[in-house]
Amino acid sequence: MAELTTLADAVATLVRDGDTVALEGFTHLIPVAAGQEIIRQRRRDLTLVRMTPDIVYDQMIGAGCARGLVFSWGGNPGVGSLHRFRDAAANGWPAPLTLEEHSHAGMANRYAAGASGLPFAVLRGYTGTDLPAHTANVATVTCPFTGETLSAVAALNPDVAIVHAQRADRRGNVQLWGITGVQKEAVLAASRSLVTVEEVVDELEPRPGAVVLPTWVVSAVAVAPRGAHPSYAQDYYDRDNDYYRTWDAISRDRDTFTAWLDEHVYRTVTT
Amino acid sequence: MSDNSDYSADEMMTVAAARALVGRTACFVGIGLPSMAANLARRLHNPDLSLIYESGTIGAKPATPPLSIGDGELATTADSVVTSAEIFNYWLQPGRIEVGFLGAAQLDKFGNINTTVIGSDYAHPKVRLPGAGGAPEIAASCGEVYVVLRQSPRAFVEKVDFITSVGHGDGPGHRERLGLRGRGPTLVITDLGVLKPDPDTRELTLTALHPGSDVDAVRAATGWKLAVAPTLEESRPPTGEELDILRALRRDG
Repeated sequence: MAELTTLADAVATLVRDGDTVALEGFTHLIPVAAGQEIIRQRRRDLTLVRMTPDIVYDQMIGAGCARGLVFSWGGNPGVGSLHRFRDAAANGWPAPLTLEEHSHAGMANRYAAGASGLPFAVLRGYTGTDLPAHTANVATVTCPFTGETLSAVAALNPDVAIVHAQRADRRGNVQLWGITGVQKEAVLAASRSLVTVEEVVDELEPRPGAVVLPTWVVSAVAVAPRGAHPSYAQDYYDRDNDYYRTWDAISRDRDTFTAWLDEHVYRTVTT
Repeated sequence: MSDNSDYSADEMMTVAAARALVGRTACFVGIGLPSMAANLARRLHNPDLSLIYESGTIGAKPATPPLSIGDGELATTADSVVTSAEIFNYWLQPGRIEVGFLGAAQLDKFGNINTTVIGSDYAHPKVRLPGAGGAPEIAASCGEVYVVLRQSPRAFVEKVDFITSVGHGDGPGHRERLGLRGRGPTLVITDLGVLKPDPDTRELTLTALHPGSDVDAVRAATGWKLAVAPTLEESRPPTGEELDILRALRRDG
């Protein structure tokens, strides 16, 4: 059963130095507050996993939390590059960062295999690209029925998955809707999981198309209102596009970034 | 209505890209220029065009062009919102999406796409780009692929530094040998004109010029010895209506 706790306590308990950690969210419901709490608690040597690392991963990488990144598209959507990510990958600042990259289809299938308790997944993908040459986690497999050669991707089973959802009930059942990406697969694939939510309600009213994570597959639920900002939580608040645009200038320069981190993360206390 | 004698090369490119979607059913849309063109097409020529974004939104009808491929408006206006595994496995992979619409950082003469690194040393690139996203499988599995990209020698290269998404590989028969099911890039729309793969050599060949551009200008903006079709078409300039709607989209986006 999920424990209802504070974000600070949940991160302290669930996220350990050296862990493989997936904070998932495809543009929507990105667990930004949780990522910043990981920075605040100064976790180190994490292997960060995410299909679409954006500015919260830029912040975590720039703060020195990560030694590796497993991903399929790293950028500031609609704006440009992630400067802290690039600085770490190219110059090892503030710490060297190893990269393992995939396609979105490959990453989604890696999570699906992890959630399914299988060692790998099969897909039509990667064929003819230069991507498989740079990772051991893509190979080929022969179909036992047709003899066709297909791509295989290794299962992804993070130590911890962290996602943000609209709401949970008091028993820790979680409900999220809108664009839900790979959040369900990430939680089911991981050894431990944390869900931050906009609010805790007495009763989860059924919603069309919503994903429900029963309390017994979640380790901890923590209330973090606006915890996905500057991304959005459908039916709660909109995407803060200006923040994404502003991030470009803040993140471009090491000193500006460090000052931002000090003011907006280290000196801010979560409740 | 806008005066259609005054428009930019970028506007011509976007309008030409939107026109390519006339009569199409479904389009897998990349962010940026492809998204702007696809949204323009839906307003102008093809209101029933189903826009599919890799965030899992099928049949999105945004009133304003999205900044990201997962903006809330894509989800709230979509016919259906599905998970990441589903959009790639059930919708893209079997080849049921007619057109994939992509941008690129580098494009080579066989239409191969690079969005990963600039420079020949993967571990120490000159420029680290965002990476693959959905493009490798969009390029592999959509019925055909349109690419929209501003033309310059830096972007249009003899051979891409990294094959993120396969076009026509190293030439005739390569896609077939790889077992790729879609036809690959059939149309490249730039700010100067239109390129299509030659049916025999698979090399991208200049087939149309936008008004005001000429073969020398296109050649100067291409990093390989560009083949030119025996007869060149000339793109129709944007109409006042096309410009009005495009400019309104830009203003809101």
